[in-house]
Amino acid sequence: MNTDLKIRAACIVLTFSLASASLPAFSWRIESIQDSSAGARQSQARHQPAAPESKGAIKFKQNCSRCHEAPQGFSSRISGTILRHMRVRASLSPQDERDILRFLNP
Amino acid sequence: MLLSPKRAGIYASALLAASLLVMSRPGTTQDVPLISGGVGFVTSTNAGNTTYIPVISPLLAAPLGNHILVESRATILDSYFPKGGGHSGYTSSSFLGLSYLQMDYIASSHLTVVAGEFLTPFGTYNERLSPIWISNFESAPLIFNLGTMNTGSSVGGMLRGSAISNDHVWLDYAGYFSAASTNEQFKSQRASGARTSLYFPQARLEVGGSYGRLLEETHENFEGLHLWWQPADALVKLRSEFAHGPHSKGYWVESEFHLASASSGMTLRRAIQPVFRWQQTFRSSPDPTDGLPGADTKRADFGLDILFPHEVRINSSYSRQSSTQDTNIWQTGIVYRFLFPTWRGK
Ligand code: HEC
Repeated sequence: MNTDLKIRAACIVLTFSLASASLPAFSWRIESIQDSSAGARQSQARHQPAAPESKGAIKFKQNCSRCHEAPQGFSSRISGTILRHMRVRASLSPQDERDILRFLNP
Repeated sequence: MLLSPKRAGIYASALLAASLLVMSRPGTTQDVPLISGGVGFVTSTNAGNTTYIPVISPLLAAPLGNHILVESRATILDSYFPKGGGHSGYTSSSFLGLSYLQMDYIASSHLTVVAGEFLTPFGTYNERLSPIWISNFESAPLIFNLGTMNTGSSVGGMLRGSAISNDHVWLDYAGYFSAASTNEQFKSQRASGARTSLYFPQARLEVGGSYGRLLEETHENFEGLHLWWQPADALVKLRSEFAHGPHSKGYWVESEFHLASASSGMTLRRAIQPVFRWQQTFRSSPDPTDGLPGADTKRADFGLDILFPHEVRINSSYSRQSSTQDTNIWQTGIVYRFLFPTWRGK
């Protein structure tokens, strides 16, 4: 029982130290999300100022956080694989798959 | 004993995975096979006894040509729990299993043909929320086994796809047939079933129904309904499921609260998510094998989840389960989600 308590205490300490250690990293995270939606950024840069969102951006928002947190960013080398996987899992139409892929890899 | 059938199964799958990786020549540089999944550490304290569970659940997804995807996920875990029965100290058990190993053939815009071992499409939890890096709570809903035919996996074939998809509504479907399999790695029952759901993307509302029929010595029917509502920019997401079997039925409703809206980006306030799940099960006749509690049960799960940078999340929860006896269950989990290409592209 004693070891039990110790392990639980260790878990709590670990949780809190992780939490405080990673606070500064939250600003990093915001950037990384903006980075990963490079498509959105580019379309904003091209059309000023209230550019309509691309189809892919809308579909990304409407779908990619339905079942899990939208990914924080990933290598463009696997974006096609991810989309094919999610097409099967989420029954995306081929058009949705293409639009979102274009948004991720403009 | 050196190579149990279980281990042999896993090694065979690993070998298959490796050969697939070698065989698959990505059509474009975006189609590199990926490895993903979660690695975590879970604790669960029930009536004063704590179980510790280190777990890793890797996934492989490898496209072959333009129409095929091979995907597989395994789970490897050890549980350390008190010996009990007046003995002090801990004992452990390990589990090593394939959740699925399937080939998806994208036959047309509306049809994907799946063959192999796949997650049984019934309700939403099994296919969508069971990965350890996705679920808000460490424990599956009490009704999980209804309709997923106990094993959660089927061995056979499935047809699925998007029937309609436009700006206003999406309709998708999945229908499957499964053979009985007692293989250590591919356990399944003879069954068939189907699920369809309607998604309204603007309202972010989804409703769906599932049906499953067990075709073993006894034939049993299972029906399910699900409703998800996750309005854009709202501070709450709602998910719920109802399932009905021959001897029991039940439902769960889960709400995930946010302290800031999604459009504010991933801020600290957005990263802290209180979650709440309410569950109820009802027993109409005894069935020790259907996985639901033996008597009518109510359960409230209160959780606090924190999403850290670098794909780390911590889930913690307190549950109060009332049945013939009341129990308190405390659970924590820390999970890291990994995702990387199998090799560097050009
Ligand atoms: C219907 C639910 C659902 C939707 C909608 C969905 N996902 Fe997923 N996603 C999942 C599940 C479930 C997994 C984990 C698969 C597993 O472990 O078996 C996953 C895994 C992933 C992964 C990890 C790598 C992989 O392929 O497993 C990424 C990245 C991802 N999803 C991105 C997306 C993107 C981008 C979208 C929008 C097109 C999306 N998801 C929409 C359910 C969904």
